[in-house]
Amino acid sequence: MSAPFPHRHLLGIEPLAAEHIVALLDTAETMREVLGRPIKKVPTLRGRSVVNLFYEASTRTRSSFEMAERVLSADSLSIATATSSVQKGETLLDTAKNLEAMNPDMIIMRHGSSGAPHFLARHCKASIVNAGDGAHEHPTQALLDALTLRQKKGRIEGLKVAIVGDVVHSRVARSNALLLTKLGARPILCGPPPLLPIGVEQYAPVTTRIDEAIEGADAIMMLRLQRERMSGAFLPSTREYHTLYGLTVERVKKAKPDVIILHPGPMNRGVEIASEVADGPYSVILDQVTNGVAVRMAVLYLLLGGGGGEA
Amino acid sequence: MSDRLLLRGGRVIDPARGVDAVQDVLIEAGKVAELGPKLQPRGAAVRDVAGCVVAPGFIDIHVHLREPGREDKETIATGTRAAARGGFTAVCAMPNTTPVNDSAAVTRFVMDRAREAASVRVYPIGAITKGSLGEELAEYADMQKEGAVAVSDDGRPVGSALVFRRALEYAKGLGLVVIDHCEDPTLSHGCCMNEGPVATRLGLRGAPAVSESVIVERDIALAELTGGRVHIAHLSTAAAVDAVRRGKARGVKVTAEATPHHLLLIDELVREREYDTATKMNPPLRNERDRLAVLAGLKDGTIDCIATDHAPHTVDDKRVEYDQAAFGIVGLETAVPLALDRLVRAGHLTLVQLVERMSSAPARVLGLPGGTLAPGAPADVTVLDLARRARVEPETFASKSRNTPFGGLELTGWPRLTLVGGRVVFDAAEPAV
Ligand SMILES: [Zn+2]
Ligand SMILES: [Zn+2]
Repeated sequence: MSAPFPHRHLLGIEPLAAEHIVALLDTAETMREVLGRPIKKVPTLRGRSVVNLFYEASTRTRSSFEMAERVLSADSLSIATATSSVQKGETLLDTAKNLEAMNPDMIIMRHGSSGAPHFLARHCKASIVNAGDGAHEHPTQALLDALTLRQKKGRIEGLKVAIVGDVVHSRVARSNALLLTKLGARPILCGPPPLLPIGVEQYAPVTTRIDEAIEGADAIMMLRLQRERMSGAFLPSTREYHTLYGLTVERVKKAKPDVIILHPGPMNRGVEIASEVADGPYSVILDQVTNGVAVRMAVLYLLLGGGGGEA
Repeated sequence: MSDRLLLRGGRVIDPARGVDAVQDVLIEAGKVAELGPKLQPRGAAVRDVAGCVVAPGFIDIHVHLREPGREDKETIATGTRAAARGGFTAVCAMPNTTPVNDSAAVTRFVMDRAREAASVRVYPIGAITKGSLGEELAEYADMQKEGAVAVSDDGRPVGSALVFRRALEYAKGLGLVVIDHCEDPTLSHGCCMNEGPVATRLGLRGAPAVSESVIVERDIALAELTGGRVHIAHLSTAAAVDAVRRGKARGVKVTAEATPHHLLLIDELVREREYDTATKMNPPLRNERDRLAVLAGLKDGTIDCIATDHAPHTVDDKRVEYDQAAFGIVGLETAVPLALDRLVRAGHLTLVQLVERMSSAPARVLGLPGGTLAPGAPADVTVLDLARRARVEPETFASKSRNTPFGGLELTGWPRLTLVGGRVVFDAAEPAV
């Protein structure tokens, strides 16, 4: 067994060294094997408690975490905004204190404010896992995308990965760009200038031309156009956006023949991605779902001390 | 107690008169009576301040005292105690209270409360527009009669160029300065830090530097057009410093202030402190290039004075998600030690320059009494102990609020004694009550 995982929290990809990202991916591969068994249940985290605290609706991410918890036999509790005191105006601090009273081993949080998991980490003793915070990071999404890439391409190093679309509002773009760079891939960011935040070059090379981004790409990550956040004249219309940046069959032809296409979901068909592409042979969306559970199992397992705490 | 006090053996720095010499200062009936070497006490109480600096009382022209309306954050009593403890003898109170100070009645209330409860002089600032809504002018003459010394819609800047023009014109007729918090809200809406690589990395919405400078340029152009006097509050960007410098060179009646936090901190701190809401203020901490430009502007006189933008908030207003937290930090009890340690000891400003930018310059900017130790002037005096080394301890603040990013910092050079009208309102030698 290698050295123990040195992090108690997973607040983002940024604080992780490459070797620890690899450790997470390796562990996730073992977990994927568990998911292939007829009886998908191991006692690894029996007696450990996990709270899923979701301030934003996210069926996909939440059910993925819940599945991971169930397979590892953790005791879990899910709190969604619609069913808790959150909607009655309880502060995050009060919620944190109430959760603390239950003494959970881990809190998994999705929150609309960037930095909310850091706040929670300051006020709780539990391990904190960031399941997406504002426009900051979504580390488990980046890990599952990396796992999918590694599974399909056999490696990550050297891959050209185009990340296309609404970069400014995207925590997925940020976490993926950080992770891919750390593991030696060549991400390239692409979108219309209003959707590229100032200083975005710190992550990766940037282009405003989708054909340039896709040219020779091993993988294309399409970002969801977050129309609900568009309060400030970013674009004239989704129609024109599709014309300029939508992923069509024609455009995909410029990539490598074995290109794979990832999307964090849910997709806006006909906006950032054409249906023929979404349903086409290069789509790996179903693999992403399985890998999502495997990666989250790996996160639970490694952050909770490899399950070594069972007595 | 005698109303005569002799400050013995201090280094008197009075930039307004070009004085920098070891002198005794005799105070009588609330006024400076006499200065000179080896004065006879003639029955006065003697206070040995050898080794200390004796300066005209420091004036902070940008303070939020929160009374009336938000007494849970600060009151006139606690805010002015904080001022005294921080070495200030006078503060200007911003009008964004509840209700807004946009009428003679509210100005009178502030003055009455100050008479009853304040430790230092309080000069109210009236609103530019009724309710600070940016539409109709408030009644400046009425407020001025009750004691208002300037007008400002700080925190809710006037959006309409026409209304701002009228404010400058109308204030000019009364000899009032219009103080502007320069921010174009269409560019900064929903933002909680400076726009740039750090905000992008943190996933926080950033306000561009231009959201400040575009309004600074507008205000200077309108001051030029009208001949009115505009004062730029808490200037924070290189482009704004440049605009003020050009305006002054053309002879426009424009003055400006900078805060200790914009002189000393940058947006990287938000990342270093992992979204600590004590780093959230408006204008936000900018980048290093902006900070250096503000510092250069303070040195070369483009920026006239230092003001704190003391903005007290309760723990509850700050202990929330970063984008939900209130803007602002307290500044009255940290400004002087920060300036002495980080500006003077660090070699950016001479001691004389610092004293000027915290006493005679703010007095000149708003036409306030004080700012000098000339015989006959009110005995508002700030005595500084340049050798004292101590830690910033927010838990000991006289302010009701503790929202500061400077807690724990060890600084050299602190206020030793604060006198208002000859009366000791703070004495570092005496344990706090
Ligand atoms: Zn302001
Ligand atoms: Zn202010």
